Amino acid sequence: MSFDWGVIATNWKFLIVQGLLGFGSFSGGTLRLAIPAIILGFLLGIIIGLCRLAHRPWIHYPAVVYVEFFRGIPLVMVIFWFWFLIPQITGQHPPEYTVALTAFVVFEAAYLGEIVRAGIQSVPRGQIEAATAGGLSYGHTMLHVVLPQAIRNMIPSLVTQFIVLFKDTSLASIIGMMDLTKAAQTVSQREIRPFEMYLFIAVVYWIFTYSMSRFSQWLEIKMSPERAPTRRAALREAARAAAA
Amino acid sequence: MPLTVFLGIQYDFQWSILWTGEYGHWLLQGIWTTIRLSALSWLFASFLGILAGALRTVPFAPLRALALFYVEFFRNVPLLVWLFFWYFGAPQMLPRAAQDWLNIHGPEFWSAVVGLSVYHGARMSEVIRAGIQSIPKTLLEASVATGLSVAQAYRLIIIPIALRLIIPPATNESLNLLKNSSLALTIGVAELTFMSRQVETYTAKAFEALTAGTLIYLVLCLGISATMAQVERHFRIPGLIARVGRAEH
Repeated sequence: MSFDWGVIATNWKFLIVQGLLGFGSFSGGTLRLAIPAIILGFLLGIIIGLCRLAHRPWIHYPAVVYVEFFRGIPLVMVIFWFWFLIPQITGQHPPEYTVALTAFVVFEAAYLGEIVRAGIQSVPRGQIEAATAGGLSYGHTMLHVVLPQAIRNMIPSLVTQFIVLFKDTSLASIIGMMDLTKAAQTVSQREIRPFEMYLFIAVVYWIFTYSMSRFSQWLEIKMSPERAPTRRAALREAARAAAA
Repeated sequence: MPLTVFLGIQYDFQWSILWTGEYGHWLLQGIWTTIRLSALSWLFASFLGILAGALRTVPFAPLRALALFYVEFFRNVPLLVWLFFWYFGAPQMLPRAAQDWLNIHGPEFWSAVVGLSVYHGARMSEVIRAGIQSIPKTLLEASVATGLSVAQAYRLIIIPIALRLIIPPATNESLNLLKNSSLALTIGVAELTFMSRQVETYTAKAFEALTAGTLIYLVLCLGISATMAQVERHFRIPGLIARVGRAEH
């Protein structure tokens, strides 16, 4: 068995510009799908998370059902559901990109909602009581006291979930959206070089997910209040002590 | 059957297709394949997970590096890419005899087993590592101080506690494996999602077919997680505060 790695160079533009970035004659692209999906999914996730924490049962229970439902079925199933439902409701066939984006946002919001909920619950109750005692309204308490601490606690799990979402975008190729996986599939069928093609995109995906995971580790250390003082902070502290 | 108006759409519901003719039988076959695929992959994944977890602690750097490479590379690439790789790319690397064996025994199913096992093995090893790391070192020291040998301390104290702590994240990961087995439809394994799609194709009744598939997955997942919650409660360690850290993606 001989390898032909040149197949990557000859199809570079199609794989990277069309497949990964999403610019070309097909609508799609791994990054063009992943970035809006992460932003919109997080926004919907915040709403779901806050609803789960609500005391009114008619807000609380629908959010619980939403989360449990989407966490109990595979993403492929959700994509097929939207693939079938959107044309039924709108009366016309939308591009694969729209179907994939809708499915990802709805599906990932269930997971992100749980992270938001856990993050808010991780803030000690005393913080809310102290803020209320200090005269802050509920909105101000949430905005200035609870959410800043909650978001800091959420960041590692959030980045982890964003990595999962990034990997999940490969499933858009199942309904034919031209992402990195679909582009590799197309090239591999034409050139009959599956080994080289799939190993190559595995490395491309890996570069993105691994950098995100390292970034999350760095952020975790940087944002934890108990971290060892950095050199610059230590110097600043020393300067302040000398001035005083 | 009357036309029913649902979400403002007229749709002719025919739920009976799910149990008349061969369609119900297809769904049952799909469930069986999903369970067989998931169970086999779960066994191999657990084995690989324990192996990789153990190799990461041996006092021999090349083996540690190999285990680290395995975990970091395989869990950070989409499962779908791995399935395509193992089904379309890898078999050509095998010797002739192995290729023949594969062609007789169904290359789709076995490629899916390999893909799921290798991918989830890498994830499982992270779960196991987090479980072991959550046990304080002082516990081992205390066990040895009471007169146990290190081997006894591991066998009687450390491993039983680690196993109990691992139950919730390992259950979560096993459910991920079950749900991820649906990706095997892309390489032609006739599992549950594949069969739901086939019922949909043959009957043109997408709503009913997708509902059936969705409900079966829900029952499987919620059933397993309810059972494991009981198991967890049964084996709970009274008064123990240590929790397993969050498992990585």
